[in-house]
Amino acid sequence: MVRNEWICGEFLSSRSEQLTDAVAQHVWITVVSVLIGLVVALPLALLARRFARLEWLIIGTTTALYTVPSLALFALLLPLTGLTPTTVITGLVLYSLTILVRNIVEGLNAVPADVVEAARGMGYGAGRLLFTVELPLAIPSVMAGLRIATVSTVALTTVGAIVNYGGLGNMLLEAVNTQFRPQVLTASVLCVLLAVTFDLVIVGAQRVMTPWSRGRAA
Amino acid sequence: MLEVLRGVVAWFQDPANWRGEEGLVNRLVEHLLLTGTATLFAVLVGLPLAIWLGHIGKGGLLAVNVSNIGRAVPTFAVLLLLSVGPVGTDDLGPYGRAGLATLIALVLFALPPIITNAYVGMREVDADTVQAARGMGMRGGQLLRSVELPLALPLIVTGVRLAVVQVWATATIAALVAGPGLGRIITLGFRRQDVAEVVAGALVVAVFALLLEGLMVLAQRLLDPVARARRTSGPTSSSGEAGGPPTGATADEESARQPAEA
Repeated sequence: MVRNEWICGEFLSSRSEQLTDAVAQHVWITVVSVLIGLVVALPLALLARRFARLEWLIIGTTTALYTVPSLALFALLLPLTGLTPTTVITGLVLYSLTILVRNIVEGLNAVPADVVEAARGMGYGAGRLLFTVELPLAIPSVMAGLRIATVSTVALTTVGAIVNYGGLGNMLLEAVNTQFRPQVLTASVLCVLLAVTFDLVIVGAQRVMTPWSRGRAA
Repeated sequence: MLEVLRGVVAWFQDPANWRGEEGLVNRLVEHLLLTGTATLFAVLVGLPLAIWLGHIGKGGLLAVNVSNIGRAVPTFAVLLLLSVGPVGTDDLGPYGRAGLATLIALVLFALPPIITNAYVGMREVDADTVQAARGMGMRGGQLLRSVELPLALPLIVTGVRLAVVQVWATATIAALVAGPGLGRIITLGFRRQDVAEVVAGALVVAVFALLLEGLMVLAQRLLDPVARARRTSGPTSSSGEAGGPPTGATADEESARQPAEA
């Protein structure tokens, strides 16, 4: 039976535990995916910056992966990783790479040449230059990429429902059969709220990490 | 792994998997029809709006934010909201079950990249060039047609390309709400616990996604005489105006940005 109401208080109270579990799963899948994505993207970005030929290969491959629809990507990973969270996380990591690698490379390339020159003149080696000068200056671009990657990862996680690890997507998939509107609306709204919350947290983190930009903005 | 590969080959060799409503041919036609129709609608609605907003220089906040909103809202949720809502899951001619709900969702997700890129493209047209055209006596319509549009064309086409990729992906998700399209082969495989079928369906979806992207990149090259001219005459001021967020995926933007480093 198709109910007409979109909001149902009883549903919220009686299924609150299931909702909390779904949100928790959604959060950890998103966080793990984006963090792994960041850890993988950094060396890829450094390689891409160092070797022009690799840049073409790395950016090209990650862009091609990005055009593969999520349902198909999870399905293609199925024989390798089965009905596990690994399938979803691997897919989400691959998607996040497209944005993260590009933004890290862009951020590093945008570091003013005279700043790099000055650091070299002060005797900075390559490693120290990267971690204390170039990466901090690339933070705005990296964080912009992180915001996009995280927000789209929250949305894409729902498709993980196809292998039973879709967080709130599991509740959406369940509602396909029951056609229970309050469940659809609640899960959808929670998804968007989750994306907005993550976005705000990253913006906050960026403000803390780049104290020099605060004075300029104010 | 090898077993799965053999299963996939066997799946493609079985003519029964190609025929009928559930068959590959019908699903592919549905999927292509959905993608074409939705992209066309989104272009007809989104392009004039974005070009006009860009021309008069208003509504930038909306045009840029529409992409951020599009990213945050799961396509699965929108498809389901539409299909359990008033739109329903009735058949719509060649578009199949839940055709209307699917089409509406596809158009909604095709609009953000089209609007954002077209708007940013229009705004990034060099102000001096516009000034010069005005000085030569060009008026609104003429300025739009012979100066702004040609210069904004690369980004406009990029937006359409991103929209096509987005629509293709969203149409796949339609299967999750028992809608039309190639995703149905994947979901059917999951229901039957037939890994070979799941992978076969996914392969078709992925290969066509890459094919579409490739075709669009090719079309973009052919359509873009300005970029070629720009490349030979050295970089112009394409950087600056950091108003728009990175809209993702464009090789052309990449190459346009590189000279800044040198």
